[in-house]
Amino acid sequence: MAASTETHLSGTKATAPPPRRPRRWPWTPYLLSAPGLALFAVLLLVPLAMTFLLSLNSFSFYGGIENVWQLGNYADIIADSYFHEVFLRTFRIAAVVTLLCALFGAPEAYILRRMKSPWRGLCLLIVLGPLLISVVSRTLGWALLFGSTGLVNQGLMGLGLIATPIEFMYTETGVIIALTHVLVPFMVLSVWASLQRLDPQVENAALSLGAGPLTVMRRVVLPQIVPGILSGSIIVFALAASAFATPAIIGGRRLKVAATLAYDEFLNTLNWPLGATVAVLLLIANVVIIVGCNRLVERRYKQVFE
Amino acid sequence: MNRNGPIALIFHVLFLSFLLAPILIVCAVAFTSQGYLSLPTEGLSLRWFRAIGDNPEFIRAFKDSLLLGAVSSTLAILVAVPAALAIARHQFFGREAIQALFLSPLMVPHIVLGIAFLRFFTMIGLGGTFAGLVLSHVIIILPFALRLILAASTGMDRAVENAAASLGASSWTCFRRVTLPLILPGVASGWVLAFINSFDEVTMTVFIASPETTTLPVRLFLYIQDNIDPLVAAVSAVLIFLTVAAMLVLDRVYGLERLLVGKGRD
Repeated sequence: MAASTETHLSGTKATAPPPRRPRRWPWTPYLLSAPGLALFAVLLLVPLAMTFLLSLNSFSFYGGIENVWQLGNYADIIADSYFHEVFLRTFRIAAVVTLLCALFGAPEAYILRRMKSPWRGLCLLIVLGPLLISVVSRTLGWALLFGSTGLVNQGLMGLGLIATPIEFMYTETGVIIALTHVLVPFMVLSVWASLQRLDPQVENAALSLGAGPLTVMRRVVLPQIVPGILSGSIIVFALAASAFATPAIIGGRRLKVAATLAYDEFLNTLNWPLGATVAVLLLIANVVIIVGCNRLVERRYKQVFE
Repeated sequence: MNRNGPIALIFHVLFLSFLLAPILIVCAVAFTSQGYLSLPTEGLSLRWFRAIGDNPEFIRAFKDSLLLGAVSSTLAILVAVPAALAIARHQFFGREAIQALFLSPLMVPHIVLGIAFLRFFTMIGLGGTFAGLVLSHVIIILPFALRLILAASTGMDRAVENAAASLGASSWTCFRRVTLPLILPGVASGWVLAFINSFDEVTMTVFIASPETTTLPVRLFLYIQDNIDPLVAAVSAVLIFLTVAAMLVLDRVYGLERLLVGKGRD
């Protein structure tokens, strides 16, 4: 492709004065993105389509996977209260984690922005650093704090906050705390990005015009960072609803969420069609939530994004 | 007025403690001298770090993870650079759709990709192979690389390129001597972010890794599912030390905020 453009260019150079902009070959962008398109068609679209087809197959313990096309797996999941419970738990955990991340992450981003230079960089490093550390290592830390050393319970009892130890391992509370820890940096990042657009002088202007600190927060700061909180919430919710390693380690086999359920169907029960069905439902829920909420946020806060 | 009050500072300290607590406890437990999980109250010991040497499967998984990260992020860059240039500087039919396709792995839960790749690779005979791991990792890390390269190529000055072309540079020379150096910071940070995402990936990889070819996070995850002992704490601690070291270098050279937020203040 490079060669053909080259001859084309030198051809025009010989006869006419050099063009202000080199003429573009209309196929260039397609050729440039062709390797990626081929890769994604074969390695993303085909496997996802195959997963959808797999979810239509049926499974029996003796016959294995049967090549029939039916919606039986979907009907099973809709009819069975066990699956309702798992999906409900998944979304409940995701909702509470999102709320906690917004509650703690947004103020933290605001505090970070008001810090002075050397401290700000250091604290930002501590907040964002965990994103680069493996989720498995971070969750292991919570398993150690909750279970083996029992440090959290010792601390809470030492402070006189609780009389008897709280059960964290294999409970929703434990999963929620660990997942909040894993995902809160995303919220800080998102709010931080929206705070970059807020000029501190606007706050000072409001103060000098006689507004109290609470009014400034409510009327000046909050309207600016709400889009950041909302887009952070979309990311956190989507990641929490499809989280796997943290619920698998803290929740164990007893407390299943959608992702660990699909994992068990695939690698333990070997009911691949049912596992694929859970995966397809999770994917649809995820895409609907991300795309739908993004649309809503962008429409509602159009002026902020422009 | 733009200062934090005492309540804000207390909140800030509690928040940072919450973030650091699980990471610090892993490092503390790794130094225990006991044969079971405990804080090193009886004195520090390196016995569990030495024990890693007796478990070559962790060391092999670590090497596999490094190789996988390096190969897949390099491949992702090779695919992402031309695609980013096409999207950033050409108006063509289907441009938005192509960009959405390249970014779509961000929206697909990794558990779904794991299931999809397990089925697909088993069918085409790549199940449990290193090649399968590389291909699947290229898909999930490409969006991260693409976004940073896209930002770099959208922001660059086209006049320099036009000058080179009008002075008779061929389009390949123009790319190699003008365009590439200009977008190189974006390409380099894209590679780093892609590598980190590949190295830390566990949810998808757990489906397609085999006992012979596996990554360190997957090995750790499967080990933790069976039992938690000071050995995994030691392996995790080593991983944490390496990550922190890499992070400090990265922050000095490029700026962690710029890497993760996409745009920096300086």
